[in-house]
Amino acid sequence: MTTSEPLIVLEGVNKYFGPLHVLQDVSLSVDRGEVVVVIGPSGSGKSTLCRAINRLEPINSGTITFDGRPLPAEGKALAQLRSEVGMVFQSFNLFAHKTILQNVMLGPVKVRGEKAAAVRDRAMSLLERVGIASQAEKYPAQLSGGQQQRVAIARALAMQPKALLFDEPTSALDPEMVGEVLDVMTSLAREGMTMVVVTHEMGFARHAANRVVFMADGQLVEQAEPEEFFASPKSERARDFLSKILTH
Amino acid sequence: MDVFSDSANIDTYVTGFLWILKLTAAGAVGALVLGVLLAGMRVSPVPVLRGVGTAWVNIFRNTPLTLIVFFCYFGLYSALGFELSDDIDTNNYWLGVVGLSVYTAAFVCEAIRSGINTVPVGQAEAARAIGMSFLQTLRIIILPQAGRAVVAPLGSIFIALAKNATIVGTIGLMESSSAMKELINANGDAVIPIFLVFAGTFAVVLIPTGYLFGWLANRLAVKR
Repeated sequence: MTTSEPLIVLEGVNKYFGPLHVLQDVSLSVDRGEVVVVIGPSGSGKSTLCRAINRLEPINSGTITFDGRPLPAEGKALAQLRSEVGMVFQSFNLFAHKTILQNVMLGPVKVRGEKAAAVRDRAMSLLERVGIASQAEKYPAQLSGGQQQRVAIARALAMQPKALLFDEPTSALDPEMVGEVLDVMTSLAREGMTMVVVTHEMGFARHAANRVVFMADGQLVEQAEPEEFFASPKSERARDFLSKILTH
Repeated sequence: MDVFSDSANIDTYVTGFLWILKLTAAGAVGALVLGVLLAGMRVSPVPVLRGVGTAWVNIFRNTPLTLIVFFCYFGLYSALGFELSDDIDTNNYWLGVVGLSVYTAAFVCEAIRSGINTVPVGQAEAARAIGMSFLQTLRIIILPQAGRAVVAPLGSIFIALAKNATIVGTIGLMESSSAMKELINANGDAVIPIFLVFAGTFAVVLIPTGYLFGWLANRLAVKR
């Protein structure tokens, strides 16, 4: 396969929560090294879209392809796929009974069966990179939200993923901690990590995204480069959304 | 307290409580292993396993322990020839352990399952997201946190188990309640002292056990 082939491809994806049609015929492709920021009002399906990519949410119809292969339904193949796609959650979800270092090492050691000593070095340098190395022996509850989220990013990176999914990574943070997490994400974006980021941080969308995707009511309404999208949104829905968040 | 100055009586008393101790220890191990397995089955994605787990809990939780222990003796041993030892006491002991384990496992299962419900769903999602299988997620992430959340209720279950162990006396093991009955039969003038000594022994051992589990529950609690 060639490197020009998109890494993530969604085609005609539909998803229902009971009678609620949360993803309506959504198609999206993400190239290798591309940073796609998904924005939109609450309940527009953007989190569901993000979670569908590693099948934390199964879809009802349509296809999702990752790295040229359709998403496996379950079992070993699905676990294997998930190990190649990092995920960062709104509520951090660090393993509460494990230390920071154990959180980062767990995946490579238990899932990949790598040697603990080698993983330890890699984990420490990742913690160094996100600025938490000095807290390696602490437990998640002893860290601030911003620190926990940076650990969560290190945990995802420890698996050496082909892509990272961010599901509102800064929405649960105190305002003064948003910056430290966005800084890490921005540097990842610069280094060419493929990222799908669901966020309300318009600043991040402006300066770090290659493409902004606007969703509303389960539909992918509009997508464009950030300057173009923020300067002249084409759809009424996007203009309305932007006017509400950018006037303050 | 003339009763307890006779060394043969002391021997009956000590032997009785040693059986209780052994029944409780083996029963607790059996119930814990079985109970954790059952809890795993009840939260598994496989309908058959869930069904077996649910059936086990409903059957054994709602059957009197005396009947279960009787069945172990008259059913498993007498009728079906399920013999666990040549020695009659040892055989009765192990039959009792089987009965206590399968019964107590139902309660352990439900305690663990309620512990599983205290673990935020995000913990399992994060585990799956780094590629862990269902069993790995359960074993490495969910059960350790669930177990720590239910130390106190597990303590109550094991305290109940220690007292329930006296029921094995009904199939001929000279555990403490049978020992007490024997001493009372032989010393009709000292019923109250004998009763108080036996009941007091349970209380003296089990009350601190309760506090120990309370202390452990606080110590092991997962900080969130």
